[in-house]
Formats: sequence, C-alpha cells, structure tokens
Amino acid sequence: MFLRMVRGTLFRQWKKMLMIAFTIALGASLCTAMLSVVLDVKDKVNQELKAYGANITVVPKQASILNDLYEVEGQSAGTVYLKEDELGNIKTIFWAFNIVDFAPFVNTEAILDDGSSVAVTGSWFHHHLSLPTGEELDAGMNSLRSWWDITAGEWIDEASMEETAVMIGDALAERTGLSAGDTIHLKGTEKEGNYWIAGVFNAGGDEDQQIFMQLNEAQALSGLDGCVNSIEVSALTTPDNELAVKAARDPSSLTIAQYETWYCTAYVSSICYQIQEVITDSVASAVRQVADSEGAILDKTQLLMILITILALVGSALGICNLVTASVMERSRELGLVKALGAYNRSVMSPVLTEILITAVVGGVAGFFAGIGFAQIIGHSVFNSSIAIRPMLIPIVTILVLLVTFAGCIPAFRTILKLEPTVVLHGG
Amino acid sequence: MSLLELKHVYKIYGDLHALDDVNLKVEKGEWVSIMGPSGSGKSTMMNIIGCMDKPSKGEVLLDGVDIAKESSKNLTLIRRDKIGLIFQQFHLVNYLSALENVMLAQYYHSVPDKEEAMQALERVGLADRARHLPSQLSGGEQQRVCVARALINYPEIILADEPTGNLDDKNEEIVVDLFHKLHAEGTTLIVVTHDPEVAEVAQRTVVLRHGKLEREVINENFTGTFQH
Ligand SMILES: Nc1ncnc2c1ncn2[C@@H]1O[C@H](COP(=O)(O)OP(=O)(O)O)[C@@H](O)[C@H]1O
Ligand SMILES: [Mg+2]
Repeated sequence: MFLRMVRGTLFRQWKKMLMIAFTIALGASLCTAMLSVVLDVKDKVNQELKAYGANITVVPKQASILNDLYEVEGQSAGTVYLKEDELGNIKTIFWAFNIVDFAPFVNTEAILDDGSSVAVTGSWFHHHLSLPTGEELDAGMNSLRSWWDITAGEWIDEASMEETAVMIGDALAERTGLSAGDTIHLKGTEKEGNYWIAGVFNAGGDEDQQIFMQLNEAQALSGLDGCVNSIEVSALTTPDNELAVKAARDPSSLTIAQYETWYCTAYVSSICYQIQEVITDSVASAVRQVADSEGAILDKTQLLMILITILALVGSALGICNLVTASVMERSRELGLVKALGAYNRSVMSPVLTEILITAVVGGVAGFFAGIGFAQIIGHSVFNSSIAIRPMLIPIVTILVLLVTFAGCIPAFRTILKLEPTVVLHGG
Repeated sequence: MSLLELKHVYKIYGDLHALDDVNLKVEKGEWVSIMGPSGSGKSTMMNIIGCMDKPSKGEVLLDGVDIAKESSKNLTLIRRDKIGLIFQQFHLVNYLSALENVMLAQYYHSVPDKEEAMQALERVGLADRARHLPSQLSGGEQQRVCVARALINYPEIILADEPTGNLDDKNEEIVVDLFHKLHAEGTTLIVVTHDPEVAEVAQRTVVLRHGKLEREVINENFTGTFQH
C-alpha cells in the first residue's frame, strides 16, 4: 500500500520528480567534481613540484646546529664553511643523474662609496662543469633563480663576461641610483675594486637589497678562498612514502633490506643522505619553500572550490525546497484526506520522504558520475592531468546529498504538519 | 450516557459565530440529519464532531471523552477508531483503484486486509468495480466507494457531509438505501444535507441557522426500509 502510494506519486508527478532529481544531480555533480579535484590536486601538484623542483640545501654541520639552536640565520656564517673543491662530488653520488642543477653560495659584505654596507653573495652563473663521468652541465643561479625578474640588463654569463660582472637587486639599484651598464665600487675586507653591473633583478625579497657576483670574486673580497657557506641542489625525487619518512627521521632505524631499498630510491631523504656522505661535515636538508608558496595558492584555489561546492549545495537545497513544496501543495487534497482517514503526521510524511529519497538517490548517482566526468574535464583543462577518484568521495557525497535533500524538505514538511484536513476537504 | 453530546459549543472566527451555543445529543444507533442553509455552520459542526477541528468553547463528549480537550495526536487516534467520514466531493485517491482506496483506510487504521475490503465493496454493490480507478467510476459509484471506505474500520459514527450533494436522483436513492442498511445494522449516522428528501428519511432532523440550533424535528413516519 505504502509502495503503491509512492509509485503513484512518482508516476503522476514524474516531471516534478525529474526536476528534483536534476537539481540534486546538479548539486551532486558539482560537489563530486570540486571535491575530487580538491582531494587530488594537492598531491598532484606537490608531486610535480617535488619531482621537478625539489630543492635541497647543504650547510656546514655547525651552522645547521647553531641555526637550530638559536634560530638565527646566517649568524654562524663567519665561522664554518664547506669546501669548494668538494662541490664536484655531488655529481658522484648514487643518484648523480637525478641532480639536475646545483650552485654554491658564499655570503659576505662590502662597503659602498657612501659608507653603507651591502650584502654580497657569490655564486655560479651558467657555470660550465665537465664531470669525470663525461657529463657536461651548465649549473648555477640562472636556472635555480629562474623566477627572478630581470628589470634591466641581463643575467651574468661566466663564459662571455668579465669576472667583475655583478647583478644588483632593484631595491639597491633604486637606493644608489645605479642601473645596468654602470660601475659600482665595492670595498671588502681583503680587496676593493670597480664592478660592472650586468643586470638588475627583482626577486621579491631580501635579495633585492643584495649584490650577486661570481663565486671567486666574492671569496676574494673577504679572503674566503675555497670557502662556501651553502649549496643549493635541485634534484629529481620520488615522492615520499612511509619508508622515506621513517628513514628521514633516522636512517639507522631501518633494517638492512629497508636501507637498501631506501638508499636506492631517489627519495629526497636518501639523496640528502648521500650528499652528506660526499661533502665533509655537511647537513643536507629538503627545502619546501617553492612547494609551500605554490601550496598557498593551491590552498586558496581549494578554498574557492569548497566555496563553490557549498554554494552549489545551498542552491540545490533551495531548488529542492521549491520543488518539494510545490509537489506537496499539488497533492494537499490527497494528504489532507489521508490525515482525515486517521494518518499521523509521520505516516503522511513517510511516503513523501521516500519519494524524495528515491529521487535523490537517482539524482545523486547520476550526478556523481557526471561529477567524475566534470572532474576529469577540470583536471585536463586546468591541471593537465587526470584526477584520481577517491573512494572516500562516495560517503562524503552521499552524506552531503542527503543533508541537502533533508534540508530542502524541511519547509514542505512544515506545510504537511500545518495541513488541516478541514480546510483542504471542505474549503471552509 | 449518549454516544455523542455537544454542550454549549461555540466556534468563533473573528467576530463570526459559525457555531453559537449548540447543544445536541445523539444516542447510539440513531440516524440524525442536520439541515440548514449554506453558511449556517453545518460543516463546522461536522468537523468538530469528526475530530478534525476543535470548538472555541464548550464540551464535545464522544463516548464520555471530551474531545475538545484532547491533543491533535489523540484526536487523530479517536478519529481513526470511531469515525467514518463521507464527503460531498468524494475525495478518493485518483491513482489508486476502488479496492485500494478502501484499503487505504485500513492501512492507516491497522493493516490492509484485501478480503475485508472486498466484502465492504460487496456491501455497497461494487464488487465488480474493485479494480477500477475513480476516474472510471460514475459519481454514484465513487460515493459508494467512500461509504465502503467509511465503514471498513467499523466506526461508531458515520459522518456524512452532504453525501448526495453531487449526485443525481438515482444515485442519491442508492446511497440513501445504503444508509438505511447501515442504520439497520446498528450504525450511528449523522448526515448533513440541504435536501429535505434526504433529511426526512432520518429519525430526527436538526436545523441550524446562523450557527444556532433553530429547531429539531422527530420524523414520525420513520420506518427504516430495512427494519428487522
Ligand atoms: N476557517 C474558517 N475561517 C473563517 N470562517 C470560516 C471558516 N470555516 C467556516 N467559516 C465560516 O463559518 C460559517 C459556517 O461555515 P460552514 O460550517 O462551512 O457552513 P455550511 O457547511 O453550513 O455551509 C460560514 O460563514 C463560513 O464562512
Ligand atoms: Mg458545508
């Protein structure tokens, strides 16, 4: 009998029910698409960032400990250094071919003509390396700082420019009134001289106050020949898994078999470990800066998508609300009659609720699959990759669809509660 | 104790007295007609007796229980157990067959019983139309389905609000004959009607005017077509 009533309505009001199913499908599909993108894209982007831009910094052991203790960066720079002549060793480790770029940095200071002091960093610029393995590599800042905006002049090229070519940050350029092509006089502790400004850059940070020059020149300024403060390494890495996390904490906790697996996999932690093996007294650690800033944008995108999801759900709830209320109004006579025959409010509601739930399930399932399709479209057009569908989406979407459906039914149910058989049947 | 007793019942809408100090007693097994011009408060009275509405003032004792004081949930329970309703506009669920419409009342009362529902349809002479949808039945046949539905749960009172208002003479006669039969079986009948012909076959006629009980007429020549 109950089923007869449910079926009767589903058939009689199929247009309305179809509209309700469609509304639910729309909400469910948007919700599925957005959530699957939200759930999947973070890993996806992180993977890509790790795979292509993973950065490792190498610093002297003492410097690292001091930094950890006092959280003061660069404070210990004057005391402990890495050895410049060990740099080539980085390309001899097990995962040498995964090291796509690296550059040493030496940090010092110089005095300008106006008496103010300025931070000077020495590094590599298109530094040509011929490795014992026969590999040829142009390493250095040009690719490690590829995001720098060169506002005047150009990047230093070690091969074609004088050794006195420098680059200055745009904040410094503004302060001194100098630009590309000008000459700047610098006085270090051991050497002073005129340097030619090859380019002005905007890095969007502290570096904009600094001068960058070739490694050997910076070392000469302050008598730090053969010394390096830090090394930045760009390596291709495999995304971390449990083993990698465990190893990163303490490689000695691994069994021999685990150790072998870990050592022979290009995890960022195993590459760091191998770098430490070849650079005396060094600490190599993974840097997440790039991933983190990308992550911030990603977080905002995700927030946006979650907002869209919420709006879509609210929209569906409103749509469902209208349609269900209209459907109840349309059969108020029938519902009133049933009340007059002695049905309790809950017996009047249950067939209505059942109809809506059946409709919601149909709409929800259709919407879910449509949403998976949408997700792939979004994945390919925005992120250039397909989106993996997480099993946990199914319960999430189910719960959301049910919540939205119930929320949409509330006003209709209030109508049913208030429905007076007398008014409906006798018309006053 | 009377089956039904109205004591000083008022129903007031704004400043309109739809019922104005109505007193009425109905004994078990009685057949009472309620007459009166349109707007005199007949339906209002039926709604109150039928536990679908509450009086503004006064007592309505059904089986000794004052239904004016009951919660709407209890009213539903009382209505489902004690009252059989018949309306002027038949009010059948149009996608259910005649049989299913009768079973609907069973469903909300207890459990649907096809056999019993079929017997009820036989009593109103519609056994052969059990599978028809309301739209496939004539007005008279639809109203007979309603009668079958009203009596399916063995109510103590059958309330009929202008049951013949939408019927032609022939069907009116069939329905009135049914009432005779029900009365003969001991059912208490309260029938609202415009139609003096329908009214005067009852044992007693109550006339309402402007919400007041104007007069009561005992039908001396009441015979009851189907008397024992
Ligand atoms: N819900 C209501 N609100 C206001 N007035 C009502 C309502 N129901 C009935 N009335 C008024 O009460 C009076 C009696 O109505 P009713 O009992 O339906 O009359 P009858 O059935 O005798 O034609 C009428 O004047 C009607 O307009
Ligand atoms: Mg009326």
